[in-house]
Amino acid sequence: MENARMNPPMRRRTPAALVGAEPGPAHTIDFDGRPVPALPGQSIAAALWADGVLAWRTTRVGGRPRGAFCGIGACFDCLAVVDGRPNQRTCLVPAEPGTVVTTQEGNGRADLAV
Amino acid sequence: MSAASGPAERGGYDLAVIGAGPAGLAAAVAAADLGLRCALLDAGPRTGGQYYRHPAPGLGATRPDRLHHGWSVYTGLADRLAAHRRTGRVDLLGGHQVWALERPADTGWAVHATLGPAADERATVRAAAVLLATGAYERQLPFPGWTLPGVVTAGGAQAMLKAGLVLPGRRIVVAGSGPLLLAAASSLVTAGAEVPEVVEATGYLGYARRPDVLAAVPAKLVEGAGHGAALLRHGVRLRRRSAVVEAHGTDRVTAVTVARLDADWRPVPGTERRIACDALAVGHGLLPQIELATELGAATRTTPDGAVALAVDARLRTTLPGLWAAGETCGVGGADLAIAEGELAAHAVAGAPAPTALLRRRARLRAFAELMAAAHRPGPGWTGWLRPDTDVCRCEEVPVARITEAVEELGAGDARTVKLLTRAGMGWCQGRMCGPAVACLSGAGESRADSRPLSCPVPLSQLAAGPPAS
Ligand code: FES
Repeated sequence: MENARMNPPMRRRTPAALVGAEPGPAHTIDFDGRPVPALPGQSIAAALWADGVLAWRTTRVGGRPRGAFCGIGACFDCLAVVDGRPNQRTCLVPAEPGTVVTTQEGNGRADLAV
Repeated sequence: MSAASGPAERGGYDLAVIGAGPAGLAAAVAAADLGLRCALLDAGPRTGGQYYRHPAPGLGATRPDRLHHGWSVYTGLADRLAAHRRTGRVDLLGGHQVWALERPADTGWAVHATLGPAADERATVRAAAVLLATGAYERQLPFPGWTLPGVVTAGGAQAMLKAGLVLPGRRIVVAGSGPLLLAAASSLVTAGAEVPEVVEATGYLGYARRPDVLAAVPAKLVEGAGHGAALLRHGVRLRRRSAVVEAHGTDRVTAVTVARLDADWRPVPGTERRIACDALAVGHGLLPQIELATELGAATRTTPDGAVALAVDARLRTTLPGLWAAGETCGVGGADLAIAEGELAAHAVAGAPAPTALLRRRARLRAFAELMAAAHRPGPGWTGWLRPDTDVCRCEEVPVARITEAVEELGAGDARTVKLLTRAGMGWCQGRMCGPAVACLSGAGESRADSRPLSCPVPLSQLAAGPPAS
């Protein structure tokens, strides 16, 4: 990586290179009004990680940022509003072309003021 | 239950296997080999469980084996499963999150599941016998800063890597305790992350106490050595008897503090070092996921690392008639053990004699699992790295101070009372993340079998549509 002379012909190691991934064409999801690329089969959380985004929720009490923690659907830290539905576990929900993901504030029903 | 809004029904199975990881897969194909008609249910869309989690088909991975140990074992099981699905001997029910087991009559079991990540539909599967192969989830111990984005579970980092081919950062510290750390670190570096250190709380000395048990499982040693070699090759330092005692950052983790631990896991003052990183993968071993069985009163045992597992006999029978268990639900021990137990349980359910070689293999691997658990048992001194404002319960944002107040001023003497007084463990994850810490801080010592009336969140609309009679 940084030290290019160490291994001259080496491509940068990436997860995709490691498993010889030949994914279908990337599509785009919408995250807070901004396009984020996603590969077919990736979860929403995976697409956000790949784009360097680690937080997409703020907590109810302290308003602290949170993102994916357990990655397997057990911790519920990765909740977001997906296509208008609050409290979706983004580590489980696949990113589909055009999926709209919105940062979830508090209990996800801020617009209802409950 | 009204026919109009009731769940989809499937029935007539000899065996319903819950969980399509190593144990469940092995059990389903072995049971089908022996002539049983099986339903194999899993919450995920694909088989493999967490251990054999692999990229979604759309990612077109041509070498998924590079992220896995023993990938051919998985493909062998998957091929046998495919053959049994073609003949109709096994129905694979993916995307089925089981939330309750019920035994309405002597006719067998009703397995209740919600469908898909949004849980918007329901199904009931009826079978004469049930095999619980639900695996495990990670044990977490809180520390200041553990709720920062970029702090992820070691298993979660691996899961996101295996399934989505993504990393939480470029420079990832791996910390906690248990064999999963070496496996996680070796896959992270192989996939291109920089791992400056693996921080392991124990000294590995526990393993040396039983050379006889170690010698009986050479494959385990080879696997461990393989991870070790990968780490060496990438210049990863293994720091023993140490822990990450704080994660720093405001909106995401930017560094961690590592301190030496004494034999009880108490941080040794003056030994703190700061390591810059943009992610931390952390975990303290695995906890069996057994609430579907404990909810019905199945007996449990405490494993040498203080976890609660289902009590089973030599044929993998739980104390509930017609309910079997295999793999991590009987005490965490890895994929090889899970596969051996799945096969043994299938023989027992089918009424077939247990192959002697399989019995021996299981005994060897189980002995190693118990040794491993003992070696990584969390020491009581870990609470020494907490601060009053450290959140213990991530969901309900309950800090240490509120829990100590409940214990010292309000007289709570166990985790249950602490939970009622502070809401720790009452949020979305139902205590899966904070349970061990709350049990410890409440002074009750070991955590008991978890009690969760529903093993996963079920929309109220669905319960209203027809809850199981109880
Ligand atoms: S990251 Fe834990 S539920 Fe999604």
